[in-house]
Amino acid sequence: MEDNVVLTARGITMTFPGVKALENVDFTLRKGEIHALMGENGAGKSTLIKCLTGINDFEAGEIHVDGISGPVRNHSTKDAQEVGISTVYQEVNLCPNLSVAENLFIGREPMTKFHTVDRRSYNKRSQKIMDELGISVDVTQNLENYSLAIQQMVAIARAVDMDCKVLILDEPTSSLDDEEVEKLFSLMRNLRDKGVGIIFVTHFLEQVYAVCDRITVLRDGQLVGEYPIAELPRVKLVAAMMGKNLDDLAEIHKESIEDVSKNPLEISAKGISHTGTIKPFDLDIHKGEVVGVAGLLGSGRSELARAIYGADKASTGTLSVDGKEVKINQPIDAMNLGMGMLPDDRKAEGIIADLSVRENIILALQAKRGMFKQLSRARQEEIAARYIDLVQIKTADQETLVKQLSGGNQQKVILARWLATDPDFLILDEPTRGIDVGTKSEIQKMIVKLAGEGKSILFISSEIAEMLRTCNRMAIMRDGEKVGELDHDLTQENVMKAIAGGEQAQ
Amino acid sequence: MNKQSTWQKIKGWSLFLPVMSLLLVMAVNIIHDIYIGANPLSFFMITLRQTTGNGTILYGRIIDILNRGSEVAILSIGMTLVVSSSAGTDISVGSVMSLCASFCCMLLAGYGVSSTTTLARPLLVGILGGIAIGVLCGMFNGTLVAYFGIQPMVATLILYSAARAIGLLLCNDLIVYIRNDSFGFFGGFLGLIPTPVVIAAICILVVALLLKKTALGMYIQSVGINAKASRIAGLNSKRIIFLTYMLCGLFAGIAGIVASSRITSADSNNIGLYFEMDAILAVALGGNSLGGGKFNLAGSIIGAYTIQAITTTLYALGVSSTQAPVFKAIIVILIVAIQAPPLKAYFKKRSAAKQVKGAAS
Repeated sequence: MEDNVVLTARGITMTFPGVKALENVDFTLRKGEIHALMGENGAGKSTLIKCLTGINDFEAGEIHVDGISGPVRNHSTKDAQEVGISTVYQEVNLCPNLSVAENLFIGREPMTKFHTVDRRSYNKRSQKIMDELGISVDVTQNLENYSLAIQQMVAIARAVDMDCKVLILDEPTSSLDDEEVEKLFSLMRNLRDKGVGIIFVTHFLEQVYAVCDRITVLRDGQLVGEYPIAELPRVKLVAAMMGKNLDDLAEIHKESIEDVSKNPLEISAKGISHTGTIKPFDLDIHKGEVVGVAGLLGSGRSELARAIYGADKASTGTLSVDGKEVKINQPIDAMNLGMGMLPDDRKAEGIIADLSVRENIILALQAKRGMFKQLSRARQEEIAARYIDLVQIKTADQETLVKQLSGGNQQKVILARWLATDPDFLILDEPTRGIDVGTKSEIQKMIVKLAGEGKSILFISSEIAEMLRTCNRMAIMRDGEKVGELDHDLTQENVMKAIAGGEQAQ
Repeated sequence: MNKQSTWQKIKGWSLFLPVMSLLLVMAVNIIHDIYIGANPLSFFMITLRQTTGNGTILYGRIIDILNRGSEVAILSIGMTLVVSSSAGTDISVGSVMSLCASFCCMLLAGYGVSSTTTLARPLLVGILGGIAIGVLCGMFNGTLVAYFGIQPMVATLILYSAARAIGLLLCNDLIVYIRNDSFGFFGGFLGLIPTPVVIAAICILVVALLLKKTALGMYIQSVGINAKASRIAGLNSKRIIFLTYMLCGLFAGIAGIVASSRITSADSNNIGLYFEMDAILAVALGGNSLGGGKFNLAGSIIGAYTIQAITTTLYALGVSSTQAPVFKAIIVILIVAIQAPPLKAYFKKRSAAKQVKGAAS
């Protein structure tokens, strides 16, 4: 092992039923560095960390820790702590009703010779630890009296005091404000200078550049690469995470999309927000317009759509539909105004797994009509048959349970459900995720066709290319905020630059 | 070949196992009757009998099962809907039955009166009052489950323990007797047929119509399968869950009135005792998953009568009422076990293996 290396993982492979979560991933952590582990949701960050800390039992590969001969295989977080790997999670796993000192020493209390807890000694030692780390707290106070940031620092102090060589911080800043984040960073730098290797997982790009020395990027369970921070500017980081190489990308020429900016407004959102998920945003959508929403996963793309649709009730702002100001408390209100939403999580929020294809298709239409105006069975079958034919759902028959269909066909069933309601404004959140190429292009064609019929569409996708092919305009999302719009020069490069924000590519 | 496919079709029928269970219990009766040398079909015999008054009624074991099973059958309607929409059970229905009976009798006798032959209020006021209390209890449970997100078991535990006691309070700690024929009618006879059977039939019919003619059935199942997705598709998931609990309370009220009318009194401590368990069991025997989602109302109803058939059979076999629960438990274990997925899979595998063997030879 190299001199200053504290942890190496080689060829880590881990499979979950049906998914290769990690495939032959290498990772190296050096002493006294803050190392960012980056990737979109599902890239394998958490899985890798769980392999390091003994929560996941990986199938192949080796982990080596400085000072320990032979490969290390942890079977529990306790094993991991014994070899010097500690983890602090986003939600603090400490006891709020115990004092700071008790939290620091819980499970390893210093004892007097009578085998009672030596309270005085651990209060003293605790104060010393906190002072050394520059955290100003009274260790005899209960933990709950302190802010979340301090609680997190106590968790870090606990880890550090247990002789940790590797400190893993998993999304520690998600619930902290700017000032608290800065405090946490100074603690991290302090620990780095003491020689601790820190693995930092976050989805805030700014924070990576503020505090990290090195970046490892994962995508789809595979290692993309390891880069010193100076060699990976934001745009390249975004490209690495999304799997697009800027240099290779031929510019995609958008088919002639007609100018709809003169059309009347279908949707006009002013200052809409949902506390905790999306900051206030304005968004106008014209009739017959397709507006794309671009951003990394977790940037607030879905949340923007959900706040308009009432899936998450908007906390602030006003929404006008067709020029009239409206109030949306729940999805059915939005539906009665002519909206529809295909949610991104097909399993959790889309299909009703145990109902038939027919029932899934007519569900939204029936909900709009109300319980007492049941569509006759003949009418249901007629509608189901029409849309099965229109969007080409491959199913044995109408009565097949929707859970027995393939993912792509399930997605088409939900699309059919909304088309059956004849919406004026349709939100499509990741309609093509996990779908084969043929179906993808069908759905894209469908979007252009619907827009041609005067319907307005909000199209959210991770694939910038497919949005470029269909959208008139794009809203750019970053860190839970709408940061801008692009309505001309829609190219892959421009969109990626806008997503990355901050510094521009050379 | 053709015959086998018909058999396969029958086996694939959703009510196959519940019906088989019921038939099994009947078969036990027939075998027993043959064994003791009685007419093998005496289980199914229905005769006319003179009552102590001068009426004529239908008499027979089948009639007895249909009659005695009415309350559980009525309860199982509401329970089926609750299980489907919320993947939980309403364990308060037995207690709520008792409360409804007490309130009804209190209205009819007047507060503090322990026995009366004349009604203090019109009969309808008492009956509707009792049922209304049931609906209120259902709304209370529904509010806790749907709007406060409390676990159904915990939410309904409140009325499970409190409702019976509130009933006692309403009756001033007395057993209120209403010795009036008009009140006894609901537990008595309508012409030849026991009134509870008619009431149960009406309840079943009304709900069946409701499920057929409105989208309620699909709404409830959709919410039970995936409440989040249902909400996105425009259903008011919370309101639908609330509605099922309210209906469950309504049926508990109706069952309470029937049970009270049978004994022409409000015996708070005994009316509806353990009925919640029978109602839940009826849902399970009917082949419904207690995990919510898809439901089969007919299955639950058959389940309810199967439970009564078991009880009646045990009495016919001479098992004493104190020991009957033990045998009942054994039979229930058997019935539930044959419906359990691992055993179902085992039988499927075996029959598949047999088919292969048959084809080979």
